[in-house]
Amino acid sequence: MLSKKQIFNKGILAVAPHMFSVIPFGIVCGAIGIELGFSPVLVYAMSIIIFGGASQIVFLQLLSGGASALIAVTSVGVINSRHLLYGAVLSEYLEKLSFIKKLLISYLVVDQGFAESNKFFQKNKKETHLHYHLLGSGGTLWVCWQISTLAGIILGSFVPEELGLKFAVPLTFIAIVVQDIKKLDHVIVMITCGLSSLLFFDAPFKSYIIISPIIALFVAALVLRLKK
Amino acid sequence: MTWFTIIIAGIITYLMRMTMVALVDRDLLGERVKAVLAYVPSAVFPAIIFPGIFINDYGSFIEINDPKIFGAIVAILVGYFSRNVIATIISGLLSYWIIIFLL
Repeated sequence: MLSKKQIFNKGILAVAPHMFSVIPFGIVCGAIGIELGFSPVLVYAMSIIIFGGASQIVFLQLLSGGASALIAVTSVGVINSRHLLYGAVLSEYLEKLSFIKKLLISYLVVDQGFAESNKFFQKNKKETHLHYHLLGSGGTLWVCWQISTLAGIILGSFVPEELGLKFAVPLTFIAIVVQDIKKLDHVIVMITCGLSSLLFFDAPFKSYIIISPIIALFVAALVLRLKK
Repeated sequence: MTWFTIIIAGIITYLMRMTMVALVDRDLLGERVKAVLAYVPSAVFPAIIFPGIFINDYGSFIEINDPKIFGAIVAILVGYFSRNVIATIISGLLSYWIIIFLL
């Protein structure tokens, strides 16, 4: 049985490699906010209040492009609705926590933390202090996101756009799912999701980000039925 | 006004994070739903990966010879064989930069 501290440290270590994409993306995110003409305080506050990379950029782009507040808020909601899926997966491992602890830990769940902690949970179901892994992974990502968006706000235009740092984002997620390309069922689900996301890319409110997972999960259900 | 909008967006985002963890009883989900949920990473992350590679900043499809496709292929190969996240990200970025800056 691992101690709380050991599990917490494993959470930190699991997401640490993703800093190679989180930090560049955070810098880009902060820099874009300033470039679009928003005040530094406001751009930074979003990293605390929303704490969700892609949705923060979309939000500012929409507002600066003259979209209504309703459209901006709806888009953030749609983009971040994938957290409902993450929560459904994580709930199995967090169900023993008190209500207050559930409320607090939820704030820290982001894509990479969910992905890495979920991998740990699947392999270590018997451990009692599982949630410390999520605290470690989510806490690390939170701290790095704050520092890197702040750096982007300060450095701003010093970061050359030609570097294409945003490309680090798909790469970090490739690293997360790439081992599953051994499994045919997962490949089918991934390709379904990926192609759907391109097909529905122009759907309103960036809804491709939740439409394609839903389609892919339906395909997953079909695959499961065929496997029996 | 912008501040108010950000706070609303933050509350909505938090509710998405919190609802399934804190408010919905896991037992409400049947065994079949739980089995399907095991596919969530594979069903969600390609929706971030594919547009991140194949669609440019202006929302249109990239050319077939775009350096991002090469970078992604390198990252997939390196990631698969090395099982290393840092190697995956760095190899993808480097191969992308080599093409745009050196070739």
